[in-house]
Amino acid sequence: MTSLVFYIFATILIFAAIRVVTVKNPVHASLFLVLAFFTSAGIWLLLEAEFLAITLVLVYVGAVMVLFLFVIMMLDIDHKTLREGFGRYFAIGSFVAVVVLLELYMVFKAKGSDLATTTAKAMAEDVPNTVALGKVLYTDYLYPFELAAMLLLVAMVAAITLTMRPRRSNKYQEPSKQVEVKASDRLKVLKMPAEKAE
Amino acid sequence: MTAALNHLHLFVPEIFVASMICIILLVDAYVPKAINALTHQLSQATVIGAALLTLLNQPTETTLLLHNTFVSDSLSVTLKMAMYVLMFGVFVYSRSYLQQRGLLKGEYYVLALCALLGMMVLASAAHFLSLYMGLELMALSIYALVALNRDSAQSSEAAMKYFILGALASGLLLYGISMIYGATGTLELKAVSDVIAEGKAESKLLLLGITFIMVGLAFKLGVVPFHMWVPDIYQGSPTAITLLIASVPKIAGFAMLMRLLVDGMSGLHSTWGDMLIILAVLSMALGNIVAIAQTNIKRMLAYSTISHMGFLSLGMLVGTNEGYAAALFYTLVYALMSLGGFGMIILLSRSGFEAENIEDFKGLNKRSPWYAFMMLILMLSMAGVPPMLGFWAKLAVISQIVNAHMYVLAVMAVLFSVIGMYYYLRIIKYMYFDAPAENSPEIEANTDMRWTLSLNALAVLGLGLFPHTLLQLCQNSL
Repeated sequence: MTSLVFYIFATILIFAAIRVVTVKNPVHASLFLVLAFFTSAGIWLLLEAEFLAITLVLVYVGAVMVLFLFVIMMLDIDHKTLREGFGRYFAIGSFVAVVVLLELYMVFKAKGSDLATTTAKAMAEDVPNTVALGKVLYTDYLYPFELAAMLLLVAMVAAITLTMRPRRSNKYQEPSKQVEVKASDRLKVLKMPAEKAE
Repeated sequence: MTAALNHLHLFVPEIFVASMICIILLVDAYVPKAINALTHQLSQATVIGAALLTLLNQPTETTLLLHNTFVSDSLSVTLKMAMYVLMFGVFVYSRSYLQQRGLLKGEYYVLALCALLGMMVLASAAHFLSLYMGLELMALSIYALVALNRDSAQSSEAAMKYFILGALASGLLLYGISMIYGATGTLELKAVSDVIAEGKAESKLLLLGITFIMVGLAFKLGVVPFHMWVPDIYQGSPTAITLLIASVPKIAGFAMLMRLLVDGMSGLHSTWGDMLIILAVLSMALGNIVAIAQTNIKRMLAYSTISHMGFLSLGMLVGTNEGYAAALFYTLVYALMSLGGFGMIILLSRSGFEAENIEDFKGLNKRSPWYAFMMLILMLSMAGVPPMLGFWAKLAVISQIVNAHMYVLAVMAVLFSVIGMYYYLRIIKYMYFDAPAENSPEIEANTDMRWTLSLNALAVLGLGLFPHTLLQLCQNSL
């Protein structure tokens, strides 16, 4: 039963992943990506990694992909320029792809290849996956976790450095200065000799 | 809990740098801009403080801490000290250049220190996760620094290329790491090495994993055929940022090679050694030959970097401790020369003028004999002429290859070095035998820059006269 569910999810995942790169409309492509995320979340659930599955749906589908869709819809993407040069790069691209595929095939088909020889540390049976994750995240993986915090700080600093313009382009009123203004700042009285009509 | 906190004093330099980054960020935001030199001085103090803390907290033996994610050994101390020295030089050289172009903002220092922190993490990585986090911390900061001059189309293009190719390389590296994890069932480098040594790991999967890791590493180091980004990034970035990219990250690249290949996968030396041979020969050939055709000095030095990285791989592929020591020696020497070389380009630049072309060095001897002499030392050293330091570095690497009976490789290394001499000597010819261009003004620089640059070049000469101290240090580190 589990393997049947796995194969269904896997088929949909592969189909969706292929459509992401083959479909012409970028909006459709990102929707297929959402489908791919959903099905891989399903596969993670089969592996009893429910926390990761939920995070994948919440963060990637809920936040990242929605933003992505916004960006795609806001940018006026010209489909013609996107596909330009396809013929030029197709030959070299497919050549590289075929070579890599052949190499992978040779590695996996070679004698003595059995992928199921090693298994990772077994998960604790008695605690839910989320609890187990939380326990190692703040103990065994404390250092990489703290580094991730630094990484987010860098991302924040970099984003502000690259986008914030200190000079203001929008015009606005400053009430405190408006109140302090004196008549002499605005109005200049010039003394002129009166002119007589001829 | 207590076990995790043992030996925490070895981790103090990292904590110090991370805290100082946050302090500098706040100080720069709240202290009036009139005293903006404060940020500069604080950054310098951070580097010096970290150096002192590293020297005071040296490990007596290889120590793993923080649940085997962090290693402190004599190699990490040497690498970190080299990073501090170079970073100090980078800050001194960059200051007036960035100031003249309106780029001297607090963010520059924060990002540069974040990159330094990432490199320190790399130097002490004992776990695939901490290694990857260090790499990303370094890379993300540098991507942003390349784009620092955001109004320049050239810089933005360079940053975009660097970012996309860097992300691709990270992806390949991660893919390889995931395969190694699948084959060995662990992410700790020491444990990976043990599993491989016991022969328990799935060999085919390991092979695939190491291939992807090598591709990722080659991208990050910039060796042929994964070198395309190097010239564009070097040319496109503001020179002060090129100076940063060309010096300190080379040490981090060596650290990455050591941690991944030697600490983690020394059992697979026959596999990655062969891959390094191809990368090294291609890099030396392409780097040295294409550099001849360049007219832009930053681009020329970029191709020279590619060839030097190839040379460095030669030291690694021998697979003995002496070979690694030679590679470490080469890395330190190259980073020092590179710092000086780009420092000279910055010295010749002034506000509104970039000394980017080789022609800008014409007649430097007439304008300033002292700096022409400094550049002479640096170029001769890069070319590998005795008694400069660069010669000893090349000699150390080549003698290791000869010891390993790889005579063809040794001949090729010498041959390509001789070809490479041409473009270094051409700069010397421009400086000494050509008349200076009209209206070339006096060289102006801060006192600290003059002193540091002179010290930098004289160190290349002085250490070249007594190379054994540095070489001994490198051998003791391994």
